[in-house]
Amino acid sequence: MERPLTKHISFRRPSLALEEYERTGGYAAVRKALKQLTPEDIQQQVLASTLKGRGGAGFSTGTKWGLIPMGADAPHPKYLIANADEMEPGTFKDRLLLEGNPHQLIEGMILSAYAIQADIAYIFLRWAYRKAAVLLQQSIEEAYGAGYLGKHILGGSWSLEMHLHTGVGRYMCGEETALLNALEGKRATPRAKPPFPQLSGLFGKPTIVNNVETLCCIPHIVNNGADWFKSLSRCAEGGTKLYGVSGKVNHPGCWELPMGTTIRELLHHAGGMKNGHRLKGLLPGGASTDFLTEQHLDTPLDYTSVAAAGSRLGTGTIIVLDDATCPVGFVHNLQHFFAQESCGWCTPCREGLPWVEKTLLSIERGEATPEDIELLRMHTHMLGPGHTFCALAPGAMEPLQSALHYFMDDFERHLTEKKCPYANHLHR
Amino acid sequence: MPTIYIDSKPYEALAGKNLLETCLGLGIDLPYFCWHPALGSVGACRQCAVKVFKDAQDGTGRLVMSCMEMVKEGMRASVSDKDAVAFRAQVIEWLMTNHPHDCPVCDEGGSCHLQDMTVMTGHDYRRFRYKKRTYENQNLGPFLHHEMNRCIQCYRCVRFYHDYAGGKDLGVFAAHNHVYFGRETSGILESPFSGNLVEVCPTGVFTDKLLKEHYTRKWDLASAPSICQHCSLGCNIFTGERYGRLRQITNRYNSEVNGYFLCDKGRFGYAFVNDVNRVTRPLLRNQTIEAVDEAPLMKTLREMLSGEELIGIGSPRASIESNFSLIQLVGRDNFYQGLPEYPAYLSGKVAELVQSGALYVPSLKEIEASDAVLVLGEDIWNTAPVMALAVRQAVVRTAAAQAGKQSGLPAWHDLAVKEATQEKKGFLANLTVCPSPLDEEAAFSLRRAPDTIARLGFAIAHAIDPSLPSLPDISTAMRSIVNSIAGALRSAQHPVIISGVSCYNEGLIKAACTIAAALHTIGLRAGVAYVLPECNSMGLALLHAPSFDNATARVLSKPGVTAIILEADIYRTVAEKEADAFFDACKHIIVLDSMHNRTTQKAHALLPAAAFAETDGTIINYEARAQQYFQVLAPQQDIRASWKWLGKLKGLRAAAGNGQQVHPDEILQQLEQALPAFKGISRVAPSPDFRVHGQPIPRDPQRYSGRTAILANLTVSEPRPPQDTDSPLAFSMEGYPGIPPPALIPFYWAPGWNSNQSVSKYQQEPGGALRDGDPGVLLSGQAVLRLTGEEKPTAPPLFMDIPEAFEAREDRWLLLPQVHLFGSDELSSYTPGIRRLAPQPYIGLGEADATALGVIEGDDIFVWLEGKACSFPLAIRKGLCPGITLLPMGIPGIPVPQWGSWVKITLSEDAEEIRCPSKIF
Repeated sequence: MERPLTKHISFRRPSLALEEYERTGGYAAVRKALKQLTPEDIQQQVLASTLKGRGGAGFSTGTKWGLIPMGADAPHPKYLIANADEMEPGTFKDRLLLEGNPHQLIEGMILSAYAIQADIAYIFLRWAYRKAAVLLQQSIEEAYGAGYLGKHILGGSWSLEMHLHTGVGRYMCGEETALLNALEGKRATPRAKPPFPQLSGLFGKPTIVNNVETLCCIPHIVNNGADWFKSLSRCAEGGTKLYGVSGKVNHPGCWELPMGTTIRELLHHAGGMKNGHRLKGLLPGGASTDFLTEQHLDTPLDYTSVAAAGSRLGTGTIIVLDDATCPVGFVHNLQHFFAQESCGWCTPCREGLPWVEKTLLSIERGEATPEDIELLRMHTHMLGPGHTFCALAPGAMEPLQSALHYFMDDFERHLTEKKCPYANHLHR
Repeated sequence: MPTIYIDSKPYEALAGKNLLETCLGLGIDLPYFCWHPALGSVGACRQCAVKVFKDAQDGTGRLVMSCMEMVKEGMRASVSDKDAVAFRAQVIEWLMTNHPHDCPVCDEGGSCHLQDMTVMTGHDYRRFRYKKRTYENQNLGPFLHHEMNRCIQCYRCVRFYHDYAGGKDLGVFAAHNHVYFGRETSGILESPFSGNLVEVCPTGVFTDKLLKEHYTRKWDLASAPSICQHCSLGCNIFTGERYGRLRQITNRYNSEVNGYFLCDKGRFGYAFVNDVNRVTRPLLRNQTIEAVDEAPLMKTLREMLSGEELIGIGSPRASIESNFSLIQLVGRDNFYQGLPEYPAYLSGKVAELVQSGALYVPSLKEIEASDAVLVLGEDIWNTAPVMALAVRQAVVRTAAAQAGKQSGLPAWHDLAVKEATQEKKGFLANLTVCPSPLDEEAAFSLRRAPDTIARLGFAIAHAIDPSLPSLPDISTAMRSIVNSIAGALRSAQHPVIISGVSCYNEGLIKAACTIAAALHTIGLRAGVAYVLPECNSMGLALLHAPSFDNATARVLSKPGVTAIILEADIYRTVAEKEADAFFDACKHIIVLDSMHNRTTQKAHALLPAAAFAETDGTIINYEARAQQYFQVLAPQQDIRASWKWLGKLKGLRAAAGNGQQVHPDEILQQLEQALPAFKGISRVAPSPDFRVHGQPIPRDPQRYSGRTAILANLTVSEPRPPQDTDSPLAFSMEGYPGIPPPALIPFYWAPGWNSNQSVSKYQQEPGGALRDGDPGVLLSGQAVLRLTGEEKPTAPPLFMDIPEAFEAREDRWLLLPQVHLFGSDELSSYTPGIRRLAPQPYIGLGEADATALGVIEGDDIFVWLEGKACSFPLAIRKGLCPGITLLPMGIPGIPVPQWGSWVKITLSEDAEEIRCPSKIF
């Protein structure tokens, strides 16, 4: 089983410096691309690879790139941005790549920037990833020193500047247009789409924002081809995927596995549930995805299959809900996060999420009435897609609506018993 | 024109508009908060949700924000769809979770857009049972009260203050449901347009502090259409009255003039009307009790008038009716201005150009639409603030239009257009004596002496039309700037050149006109706007009266004259010695004014003149736009409109008893008969006998309360309200309840729309002209030609008399006025908040001169005015060119100097003349 993205990641030693990275075949793809391939070749390859964006939305990377203006008339500077603002609760896969092999990301960015003929690249990094910040800064400097960045890369006509930008810790900055605003020094509120960033992005110029994991796939696609990349997967969506598991499992962690690995297999990698705990449900791809339950254990973890099961693959990092943890408290904890991370731009999200959070807390405290359940249901409809300015609140509603579906008994017990029936409260 | 279907009914829509403005324009009520016709759409509040359907078969539809949807041919939308209705009510419920439930005691109640929208959506029951979030408020200075708990986070305040008006000290702080709109710390809001937040805020976060001091609900205010009196732009305003006091001024929409916004001087500068310094009784000097009753007054006045030679001094802040009545009383040959020779000449020159028909004078709306603006000398930020705001829009919109064109974005899509525009700006060159906040918008901002700026203007004209005289002595660096400005004007479609008279420099006026003439040769119709000092400076200038110097010469040469001074404090415009000389030579002095001042102290007979809120009158703005204001207060005691007093005096003079009562429209008719320049002015507003279905237009709203009880502490019977025979407006709730003709709209109100947002019901379309057209009559030569259909693009006159380059002198400084938005104007300075923001006296010098004199900021230095040394602290003015000194205009404590003269500056009272090494540009 091939693990192209994590093959050279080991936490028993420091991450690879430039020379070590080059010895493992690093930057071969850049040399190949700049000497042999046109930007269009790479775009074609990536499109053919069926790579889907690993940030959570699962949009075809090749298609996304295809919307950027190319050719002599294209506005410049064009920008490529690595979205490394990994703040989705339960998600830590990008961290592994950032701390484990920073040059792999930089190589992926150089290739992607070349493919879209970008002039400037930014890494927008979550502030808390301090180790990654140090490593990335060193690696960028190394890459400049080796001529992979800067003017006339590898002696050719194309140039690329790369900068590391550390955020200040807002979940909102993970949304690509809010990220652009933050990078411009403005408030991290999302932008209206259309116009899409490919046409009017950073500083109003054509911009591509890709997730870290997505960008890390690019060197391997360029080196080994689209067919090889597709062959890594068990389904129609090419490549491997970094999956993660957290919760009451024996070995929480992150693994690179073929796209389409089932939930059951993934939980097996995590060593199964801890002694004395049973699986009650799980969020398959971070905090903003719908619960799945035991009945879905054989669902392949790819974008299409998880959607068919009623949830989203999202970031592919599972949060396990066990039978000793109160689902109401669990969801309340999530809603506290989302309410706090709302940027405050649109009314439904800004005012609706705190209401949801407060209602869940009063249910958890045994102070609620049946009308409160109705209020929650109402919010799952009213904060739906299209009602809000961006996807934050609709995402927040996904675990809530599915919790109301799968764990209604638990909600009702809180009402009738006028307290939380679980020993493991999560409410603050 | 696309046909769209709203709730299955077909409508003709305007292409390129969004669905929200289309619905509002069609009269369909749809609630909104974050959208504003002047600010565009951002899709934040989610209040204007409607359903749109793919086609006639689509029964499900999709919820969209109407402000973010472009209308398209065949578009199907539903406002009444139950999902859309439910969602809109839900948005209100969300907003109300944190909004105080204090409407009855909130100062916005009754004119609150949030309140209206809440009622409109039907939300009426509170389910949220948790604590509301609360904020600390800030002290934002003398004009605005801050009450953040009321905030519904629509972002309109910052979008106006920062994005539209360019203010920097109001921002958005924090996030999620604790977003905060305010300053970094408490402090006076810096923008002179801050007062607009009162109207931009859809609820009571920013409220009018002056109104708070004498609070009245909107529905209890008697209101009238009026015109701002504090500069030459003629912004349209509403005045609001209760219990005989002027309580509030708000914006009155006029799409050609001020649109939606006013400056703070205009909004808050009304306190003089209620001030204790008002002249309320006629006074006769040299009597034991000076205030007199009618009979002795008339007796004395008759003595002063009969048989004596009369002269009249007209006023740039009095109405054209009053000025013309004075002419009728004293005769044209005996009518003068209260201005010294040179400023009177400059205003006359401007009036002549505007009247000639060769000059295209752009309205403020046209300035907003300009794609290249050149300011020559005039400090419009201080002398014509709303024009500066219009220039800012020109700069922003030109860049936005280009970006929008490239990216195919509609202009209303504010968020996306701003992103596409980034820091790009349209063209503005601001060539002035002193720096101004407008410089931030400018591609070129230069600090030079007026003569040098005028020369640059002529050089620009030469660069456009090489057949015009060249200026060989201009430096290479300067030549490249001149060429850039000329290039920008040449390549523009709507170039505008702005100048004015506040620099006391004729060269600037001529240079502006000559540039327009040069542009005319390449087929471009350039707008030229000249800013004048007072609200009716243009009106007075169009009467072409001789200056005060002539009046003085006249009374000195022939004693025994009775002078009648109309609404002007001569001591503010003329040096003390000269004013004294004039008054000493007059036999009788009759003064009509509303405020006691140094001139009224000279009066042998002082007649209490109505302030603008107490009378009807017409004033003429910088573009020769005649606009009528209407009284909202019934004058107290013996106060009367000046034109009424003058009518009375006319009767006394003619020994015809009390004289005939005339109406203002009759005066205007007589005026246009007597002076062809004023042709058309009688159409400025409907005549006093105008009625709709036999009914007058009520000043009081239908919900006016306490009609029968308001004076119950004085009398138990309901007194007859004051009768207004001068206008079609009535001091009453009774009258025509519908929308009156534009000139007579006393307030905005529509069923369900109690706030000023109801203005859209009065417009042809949101942000467009008022129904039946914006009020006012243009008297400019080009407007007259346009009306008669004879408009031909005649060339603006060319001037060849280029002034010599300014040269700093060794021992004298060129004395120029610095006009201050707050403080330089006579009447608005009665507002305590404006006084607070006015500067203390100072002497302004450039950095180089200060260094050469060895003085630093704040050092007391002496400027010699009329042979006397006056000491004020030094204020260093960045960029002010060496050889020029500035004194703040109109600030108490500074004697009125002869502006534009050369004065001596010393470091002590008895010091020898100092010589400053001359520095020449």
